[in-house]
Amino acid sequence: MDLKVHEASPATREFGCEQNLLSRPDGSASFIQGNTNVLAAVYGPAEVKVSKEIYDRATLEVLIQPKVGLPGVRERAREQCVRETCEAALLSSLHPRSSLTLILQEIHDDGSLLACCLNAACMALMDAGLPMSCLFCGITCVINMDGQIIIDPTLQQEKDSRALMTFAIDSIDKRVMMSSTKGSISVQELQEAIALSQRTSERIFQFYRSSVCRRYSKTAAN
Amino acid sequence: MAEGFKTADPLEYHKSFLKENCRPDGRELDEFRTTTLNIGPISTAEGSALVKIGNTTVMCGIKAELALPPSDTPDKGYIVPNVDIPPLCMSKVRSGPPEEQAQAASQFIADIIESSEIIWKEDLCIEKEKLCWVLYCDIMCLDYDGNLLDSCIVALLAALKNTLLPKVTINKETDLPEVDLLEKCPININRQPVGSSFAVFDNTIIVDPTADEESLATAVMTLVIDEEGRLCTAHKPGGTTLSGEKLQDCMGRAVTRHREISKLVDKILQSMKK
Repeated sequence: MDLKVHEASPATREFGCEQNLLSRPDGSASFIQGNTNVLAAVYGPAEVKVSKEIYDRATLEVLIQPKVGLPGVRERAREQCVRETCEAALLSSLHPRSSLTLILQEIHDDGSLLACCLNAACMALMDAGLPMSCLFCGITCVINMDGQIIIDPTLQQEKDSRALMTFAIDSIDKRVMMSSTKGSISVQELQEAIALSQRTSERIFQFYRSSVCRRYSKTAAN
Repeated sequence: MAEGFKTADPLEYHKSFLKENCRPDGRELDEFRTTTLNIGPISTAEGSALVKIGNTTVMCGIKAELALPPSDTPDKGYIVPNVDIPPLCMSKVRSGPPEEQAQAASQFIADIIESSEIIWKEDLCIEKEKLCWVLYCDIMCLDYDGNLLDSCIVALLAALKNTLLPKVTINKETDLPEVDLLEKCPININRQPVGSSFAVFDNTIIVDPTADEESLATAVMTLVIDEEGRLCTAHKPGGTTLSGEKLQDCMGRAVTRHREISKLVDKILQSMKK
């Protein structure tokens, strides 16, 4: 298991990631943030149903499976966010008339679930070797009752907050690719949260890099 | 000639207009389409509204039912929104289980209701732990020409303002609710959230995209603001990145839009009272 503890920032929890843990999918990854754990699997490029095919691009389908029960409306909304973010990052015009399927299984939800899904998705897409124009990472922030912004909250912190925001940041310009907010916030608070997320994304991208380096150095050594 | 160009290469067709800072239907980049509102078209519903933003037509109907309050919040009622995109409005949609767009829109509206606190759920409670109102908000798109989310929010707001709930008392002896259909009172609306949708084409941002513009845009964003200028939601489900200054510009436009829509809704409600 590749682990990196972030001691410099009191803000984020411990991150963990493991790639290529499943044998059937073309790419798979498991991303852990504190106690939140999401497993991602990618199949593709594969054959696509004629009704779903796009003549010049690959068709990306995202499925989010909750830990308990069947996927509902909430999962559909999250799927839309993850799908559109991945579509913006993937060079899907390199695989026209093909399908890419991304399945995200929630193993445990202890806050920041959408961000963990995005991170797991990015690592799985990397593991599958799909061409991407940039990497992306997901960051959740909450504003608690005192007006403080907390990054990477636990489930309890999310419940006690008055606003919950999730951003997807790209690796090249560190700009916001996806934003999903809940709760009433002022524009200043939004801008502050975005700035804080951009700073945190540096660390997450460093973690991606070191995680992939460690994985390939192991295979090179063998 | 122009029709041929539009069919052959729709992206270049739209880009050629954007270069001149205008759009195929003659609008400016920051101009919304004409918004018309009809309040109370459905007489059998407790509240209803029909909104047209350009060609996009959305109908909202509110039905109220009596129910037991949820066990974790015994002093609150609840609101159940549902957005339906039937095959009638778009050729892409087939009959069958709701598509992702409809479900994502339903979740979006549910989040808006919660984030903006449009009504106090405590107002829907008739008697703690025993009886409360459930408001079923059914939002149906009748004609899809882009910008569904804004229309849904306006329709919901107008329908809620129009909703009249009958007075309910609990008979002490029989412990059964007694509904007085002759005496009705409106619900107290706390906040008025209004949404503004933007489409991003690489570096240009346009307001209120039509269906063609939405399908060609590299990203779509919806900002929902209440009357205090607070953001109820900044919904951008992916796509190309947006810088901070562009976000500020969009906020400014969203604030102006809020004023326009509030005035429109108030004007129509006033004219109804007369």
